[in-house]
Amino acid sequence: MNAVNDVSPWLIDLAVLTIFLIGIARFRRPESACGGNSLVGAAILGGLAMTLGWSVWHHASVALAAAAVGATLGWFTARRVAMTGVPAMIGFQNGAGGLAAALVAFVELTRRPAADSAIVVLAGTLSLSIGAVTFAGSMIAAGKLANLLAQRPSELRGHGWILRASFGAVAILILWAAIHRSGQTLPAIVGMSALALCAGVVLTIRVGGADMPVLISFLNALSGLAAAFCGVAIANRLLIACGATVAASGFILTHAMCRAMNRRWQSILLDGGATRTDDAPVERTAPVSSGRPPGPAIAAAKQTLLDQTPLDEAPLDEAPLNQARLGQSPLDHALAALRAAMRILFVPGYGMALAGGQQACVQLANRLLQMGKIVKFAIHPIAGRMPGHMHVLLAEADVDSDLLVDLDDINPEFAQADLAVIVGACDVVNPAAIHVPGTPISGMPILNAHLAARVLVCNLDLRPGYSGVDNPLYADPKTILLLGDARDSLQSLLDRLADPPP
Amino acid sequence: MLDVVLLLAVFVVAFAVGVLLIVRVPPRLHTPLMSMTNAVSGITVLGALLLFTASIDRTAVVLAALAVAAGAFNLVGGFAVTDRMLGLFHKRDERRE
Repeated sequence: MNAVNDVSPWLIDLAVLTIFLIGIARFRRPESACGGNSLVGAAILGGLAMTLGWSVWHHASVALAAAAVGATLGWFTARRVAMTGVPAMIGFQNGAGGLAAALVAFVELTRRPAADSAIVVLAGTLSLSIGAVTFAGSMIAAGKLANLLAQRPSELRGHGWILRASFGAVAILILWAAIHRSGQTLPAIVGMSALALCAGVVLTIRVGGADMPVLISFLNALSGLAAAFCGVAIANRLLIACGATVAASGFILTHAMCRAMNRRWQSILLDGGATRTDDAPVERTAPVSSGRPPGPAIAAAKQTLLDQTPLDEAPLDEAPLNQARLGQSPLDHALAALRAAMRILFVPGYGMALAGGQQACVQLANRLLQMGKIVKFAIHPIAGRMPGHMHVLLAEADVDSDLLVDLDDINPEFAQADLAVIVGACDVVNPAAIHVPGTPISGMPILNAHLAARVLVCNLDLRPGYSGVDNPLYADPKTILLLGDARDSLQSLLDRLADPPP
Repeated sequence: MLDVVLLLAVFVVAFAVGVLLIVRVPPRLHTPLMSMTNAVSGITVLGALLLFTASIDRTAVVLAALAVAAGAFNLVGGFAVTDRMLGLFHKRDERRE
């Protein structure tokens, strides 16, 4: 392809990219984003048609059949996936994109004559290895997000060392191939692919839990880089420009997620979960599922559950804990608090989605709005399993999007709130992030639910969130614990609110 | 060599314009944004299809076909799921009017 002498392909690509960028610009507002998505899709399809239209094809039937199979599978999985499954679906698609980039680079490197310029070999090998890392990493991430793999980060012995060594080995192979123009030797390419696949696995198995939004954003950026390098290798401007834009988006989201947790991406991806941005001593915490004995905060909270002095009426029965969990008293407490409160802030977390409680939560909020109360949803940037996930989950439950307020805007309102209703959230409202140094969440910006006059916790149990840090809010005397399945809890609150007040 | 420099310039310009546009996307649209950009990275299907315009051996045809299928899955699935998600946002706005 002689890019300089022929102007018209440049003009076509420029037109395609202009439409593409206008589409992205429309993601500034929810109302125009849907049209923006269609515009971007149309630009990509137009670009495909313009580039492929006047080519001579070999094995055209094979190519078309493969495209039809991929497109059909993609369409049907996208139509059927639940909104809670979107992060896993995106992870899986991302892996497919990385695989495609790696395979194209693999074929290009093996079929090209040895006279290629060093930069082309460099781009090809970079596309191959980044694509392979993206593929392996995204498959692991998608497995974790789909709950097919353990959520718990698994750490190998000398994990950081293995990670650096495998990436270092890939880098050396890439440089060696570029300098000697020997990208064409099959053993070098196969070895590079295998090493990159291993590096992708090693990179991702240690990241889990609350760090998943960072990981998936980073993998998104990598798939863009792989596509862009693939474009340099085959001298295709559309691939380069689209890949670069995707990479930009992925890195911006990675940065936004890290900022939301007050973490550095290096510490999450290279040094494992627990390293902090500050150099405070690190406390290795047990994972969520370890079933360890309850910490002091939980013991105190259980005591509170038993001793809880009632809001206004009859004292709480001295019931055993398991009865208190399901018994009437916490529910009555919660109802009284809901009725008494004027300004109510909901704090939804991913636990709500796990319990399928989005509908009940939105219905309860709507009911309270009808009762003349001021109701808002406080959304933490890392609520959910990927950036912005909570907005989608609540949109599916048909929430009025004006009620959803992001961290920085809602935090000043907690001090004036009569009641904060926490639904399946833990780490994002854990005051330990402010008051206790040296925990994995220390310094993370949280929603200040502890500043509300009263707090209602609709969580499954008192176990800590992904960070493993006990939440002192559970032991606060102003907290009402309505433990159990969030959907059931919210539904019973909703049902009982319909009754006339006693 | 000039070609390569131009290609790198395309990368730099697209990255810069991408940053300028994407920092203005509000957090509530971050999931659809990532889903859409994820679909865009399926543009590698173009590279895979272009392999079929060159003469390649049988092994390469198999690998290229796999690349086409994976890329098409990424591209179509990504745009379809983004469209569904944004439809949820849209539905609410329509009802309010």
